[in-house]
Amino acid sequence: MTNPAPFEVRRATRDSTDNYLGGVAAGLARHLDLPVIWIRVGFVLTAALGGMGIALYAGLWMVLPTDERFSDEAPGLASARRTGKRPGRTRRMADMGPTIALGALAFGIVIMVESVFGRGALFWPIVLGIVGVALIWRQADEAQRERWLNSSEKVDPVRALFGSGTWASYARILAGGALILGGLGVFALTSGGVHLAREIVVASLLGVLGLALVLGPWVFRLAADLGEERAERVRSQERADVAAHLHDSVLQTLALIQNNASDPATVARLARAQERDLRTWLFAEHKEEGESIAASLRALTAEVEDAWSVTVETVTVGDTPVTEAVWPIVHATREAMTNAAKHAGTGKIDVYAEVSPSAVEIFVKDRGRGFDPESVAEDRQGVRGSIVARMERHGGSAQIRSTPDVGTEVVLRMPLQEEKS
Amino acid sequence: MTKVVIVDDHAMFRAGVRAELQNAAAPGVLDIVADAEDVPTAVAAIREHRPDVVLLDVHLPGGGGVEVMRQLGHGDTKFLALSVSDAAEDVIGTIRGGARGYVTKTITGPELVAAIKRVSEGDAVFSPRLAGFVLDAFAGSIEVAAVDEDLDRLTEREREVMRLIARGYAYKEVAKELFISVKTVETHMSSVLRKLQLSSRHELTRWASDRRLL
Repeated sequence: MTNPAPFEVRRATRDSTDNYLGGVAAGLARHLDLPVIWIRVGFVLTAALGGMGIALYAGLWMVLPTDERFSDEAPGLASARRTGKRPGRTRRMADMGPTIALGALAFGIVIMVESVFGRGALFWPIVLGIVGVALIWRQADEAQRERWLNSSEKVDPVRALFGSGTWASYARILAGGALILGGLGVFALTSGGVHLAREIVVASLLGVLGLALVLGPWVFRLAADLGEERAERVRSQERADVAAHLHDSVLQTLALIQNNASDPATVARLARAQERDLRTWLFAEHKEEGESIAASLRALTAEVEDAWSVTVETVTVGDTPVTEAVWPIVHATREAMTNAAKHAGTGKIDVYAEVSPSAVEIFVKDRGRGFDPESVAEDRQGVRGSIVARMERHGGSAQIRSTPDVGTEVVLRMPLQEEKS
Repeated sequence: MTKVVIVDDHAMFRAGVRAELQNAAAPGVLDIVADAEDVPTAVAAIREHRPDVVLLDVHLPGGGGVEVMRQLGHGDTKFLALSVSDAAEDVIGTIRGGARGYVTKTITGPELVAAIKRVSEGDAVFSPRLAGFVLDAFAGSIEVAAVDEDLDRLTEREREVMRLIARGYAYKEVAKELFISVKTVETHMSSVLRKLQLSSRHELTRWASDRRLL
């Protein structure tokens, strides 16, 4: 390719779909483009170096955002999700398996260390404390994810901790808090007896309560102001986006339809074009033409539908950037689609493209008039020149299967060899 | 007579489908017994009327069409998803939820009647687009929330069938092309559906959670 890919900043995020303990390792693996197992082994190995791995993991968990916020869904889908018209991600018991296994493993290691080194006075309090902190962080992740999912919601410090307040979120916070306090208590017990333990626990509880009382109102007010401002901005931006799109597309088309109400063909063509446009806007990922085969075929579909007043159903499986090697098959497809639209005499064309690592295959099928491929005159260049010869010149193949009165199918195949540079 | 319930949150669309079906179907073929506008009313209507086929909108207040199928569990009722969205996640998610077919709202009346008939007889309705998504899902290029890698593989024959459907072939033409009977094509379709919908683990969990054992 001659034009270099535009520079894009790669952001490191935590992987919210593959999370044992926050998904730090999975996110890092994606960012560094390494197998996730290497990262995990790396953390375990560095953890043995005086706990450096653990500290690193905790630090990354604190600093890295979850990837939830970078998912930009098509507006129609996002809105349907916000209003509860689509199901959310379902969690299954089976997903818990690895987590339970990890927990059991950690427990076993703890027991083993105990049996080898004897009861360390510091060991259990630290383990309890770490588990407690991890639980609370885990809940904060969950709350953050929910916040990003419904963007119009206000910032609320209570929600920031509890999310939408399911029993699981309360249980996590309670268990986490209890574990931290328990860790403190165990530490105090082993070092100074029941009396001291009680005092330490009570003192720390009082400390937390005091801080909350002093800082609470201020945090609440700040969050409320911030939240309202943000919600207002998001709302007005969204409204402006939708309005602009409606104005550019739907309103203009409706005006044209009113003017052409007596001409069914034009109305149908306008409605079809509008539907295609809205559908892509609402439900499809946006990709520039030329970036991918799927996008190029979408553009071709639009072109043929508008030019010949036919319906083209395009299905693509897999995708690849359109390179020098792929252009001939796109051009041949255009020719095949145009032929079908012009000569088949039916209103419908099926286009199916499949991109596998080894080849691009495109099938253009209609159920129209059909013809006898043998009887096409030598001087007709449409099929022979634009499709068969073009494909063969570029190392591909084209096959035309047609039966009179049944229909025609053009089979195009272009092998893809990975260019070694 | 096939009993049908229409579930959609837009009253105008419900009325339109009802009129379209009554126009397109021969008298005495379809009996539209009820319609519903969200998850609770849909569940109530289906429990009351026990229809053969439910035309189910995918985007539905109260958790979507998938939620309706989840609450009803397994029964004799077949679900045909009818949606304006042709996003991959919606299509595959609904099929995984238990729908026997998926058509978009641009479908014509006679096609819809044919699809309802086919679903009520226990067959699957695969539009070219649905077949394309299935191939994409199995090839791993669509991110679907819960994928069981060990089960998500199509046999060579099922793949061939799906490709022909995606190319716009009718069941009869697929059978002719591959020198197999239409019945065999339908068997392949059902096994594709089965592979999409459940693994034994998933099925077990669902069975247990439906009965509040988890």
